[in-house]
Amino acid sequence: MIFSFDLLFEAVLFGVLLGCFYAAVSIGLSVSFGLLDVPHVAHPAIMILGSYCTYIVSGWGLDPILSGVVLMPAFFVLGVLIYRFYYETFERRGTEAAVRGLAFFFGLAFIIEVGLILAFGVDQRTVQAPYIGSSLALGDYRIPYRMLVAFGVALVLTAALTVYLSKTFTGRAIKAVAQDEPALRLMGANPVRIKQWAFGIATGVSALAGAMLIIVGPVEPAMDRVYIGRTFCVVVLAGLGSMTGTLAAGLILGIAESIVLMMLGASWAPAVAFGLLLIVLGIRPQGLFGR
Amino acid sequence: MRGSRRKVLKAGAALAAASALPGKAFAQAGPVKIGMSMPQTGSLGAGGQAALVALRLWVDDVNQRGGLLNRKVELIAYDDQTNPANVPGIYTKLLDVDKVDLLIAPYGTVPTAPIMPMVKQRNLLLMGNFSFQVNAKVQHDMWFNNSPWNDASSWSDGFVKAGQEAGAKSIAFLAADQEFAQNLANGARELSKKANIKSVYDQNYPPTTTDFSSLIRGIRAARPDMVFVMSYPNDSVAIIRAVNEIGVGSSVQVFGGGMVGLQFTPIMTSLGSLLNGVLNYNSYVPGMKYPGIEDFLSRYAKRATDAKVDPLGFYLPPFNYAIGQMLEQAVNATKSLEHRRLAEYLRKNEMKTVVGPIRYDKMGEWANPRVVQAQFRGVADKDTEQFRQAGKQVVIYPEEYKTGNVITPFEKARSAK
Repeated sequence: MIFSFDLLFEAVLFGVLLGCFYAAVSIGLSVSFGLLDVPHVAHPAIMILGSYCTYIVSGWGLDPILSGVVLMPAFFVLGVLIYRFYYETFERRGTEAAVRGLAFFFGLAFIIEVGLILAFGVDQRTVQAPYIGSSLALGDYRIPYRMLVAFGVALVLTAALTVYLSKTFTGRAIKAVAQDEPALRLMGANPVRIKQWAFGIATGVSALAGAMLIIVGPVEPAMDRVYIGRTFCVVVLAGLGSMTGTLAAGLILGIAESIVLMMLGASWAPAVAFGLLLIVLGIRPQGLFGR
Repeated sequence: MRGSRRKVLKAGAALAAASALPGKAFAQAGPVKIGMSMPQTGSLGAGGQAALVALRLWVDDVNQRGGLLNRKVELIAYDDQTNPANVPGIYTKLLDVDKVDLLIAPYGTVPTAPIMPMVKQRNLLLMGNFSFQVNAKVQHDMWFNNSPWNDASSWSDGFVKAGQEAGAKSIAFLAADQEFAQNLANGARELSKKANIKSVYDQNYPPTTTDFSSLIRGIRAARPDMVFVMSYPNDSVAIIRAVNEIGVGSSVQVFGGGMVGLQFTPIMTSLGSLLNGVLNYNSYVPGMKYPGIEDFLSRYAKRATDAKVDPLGFYLPPFNYAIGQMLEQAVNATKSLEHRRLAEYLRKNEMKTVVGPIRYDKMGEWANPRVVQAQFRGVADKDTEQFRQAGKQVVIYPEEYKTGNVITPFEKARSAK
């Protein structure tokens, strides 16, 4: 084991960046699974789809982050369509059908993966940007710009979604549908339309998260599998549906993982995520920031 | 009645005469089925798909020559998704449902390891496909691995020697937590111990690691003279990027060794100049002369473009084509598909392939390994064609293929032409 305060500081610093990256890739799931109770296991696959779309759009000369923003409306529409299909075929038929919906999302993830393989092959894809491959030197420390981009994207997404969900009428309706769907129905609002809208937002956000993913590292069609466990862990650790909680949970996970990676041993890193999850669920079953 | 019987007899005679005509008509018996699982998706998918292009090229070639035992050859390949859990099921299906005649192992150590007990139990010939030491414990006598290495020292020797020449006294190990990397790491640890090189950092990382910056920081803090990395393709890319961003420290003389993926053209192209200075293993680099390799590579390149896979195909494809060549040679010589007879032939005879002559030792590994350790030099960004030139990967080891000396330290080598 190597220990020095310099190294510890570096581990924490990098953990913050890694944590923000985890939060950014999980925030869409925080809306779809955390708020809407949709077992959206295809979330990472949609994110990878976002990465590939970013790869295409940035190939036309657009900055990758800007490409992600440009793709958001198209992914919003895609999300609306996916939810509508899921609702008509599974959710409206009751709880048991909703559980079977899990199979639907697994199927969707496989279709996306195979579709990407057919279209792009199995090779890794990367994008080019001035901030990829270079780093910011702060004394002895060197911070990769790509991780600073992830940091920025996570903060912007968390702030935007928090403000949207608490200050706008539709945002509050989304929170209401998460808390008491029958009550919302009695108020004359259509919960299905609200959920459809929210799922669209979650999917739109995935486009930007996908852009961030391909900035942080190369992507390949089967990469979604790496992120399924981690994204669900962040969302459950945060407490279902809490946006700031998602950022905080991502940070906790990132810092813990970074310290373990650098000082104790990389093999322990996955155990940290799920160990933390078990401890938190044992003490606070509703998650760190859940009500 | 008599008239119709005469017609039948005439038709029968005509058929018999037609089947006796010379040409590429195959015998009535069904095709010779060769079965395998191959990673076509997942982290080894890029390599697996390129390898399949080469194997299919051999199938077409052998069928042009009249097949095996005058029967058409058919390749049955299923995608194991680089998931070792899928592999035993696939081979059971190949044997019990598809009733294949011959077996080829999937590309890589991790997917191959789970089927070794099964092939031993059923007494089956298995042609290995770039595995590393999967037969060390199982000791199956009908295993023939087509890879340029043998034991761990055959792989790591060139790298350790390069470090020694640069005066290295300490080493850092970074290895994936998987069978291949662990086997390699164990061998490299022993070699460095024998060479009195002290280990100052030794980490295994899990396959789900997404960013390697923390690990590279750890290595830099340990100030090693050599860094031996044993990684899989996605990890290799992330490691090279992290090294470029964070720096691995001025103490490091040589960096690389066992990084899988840095032989795949799309990865080499995407990393471009970031590869410069890395000293890594390879199976073939331009400039090495084997009979038939250039013809194979030019025919492969045409198909690879259509299949959207590795357009150069230096690493796996020639070796997969060679697996087909070895099966062909053994079947033609023994005039049999009986596994025991084929195994005996493969053990006793020299095979002539596009990757040079191959002889097997008693463990079913190459008797004369030739793992290349080559240093990337003067690699530019976004240029695939540059890798066809000799000199972009300077061969440091083995001696008979050497094209230059290793440049040290690593930081200096990164800017060397």
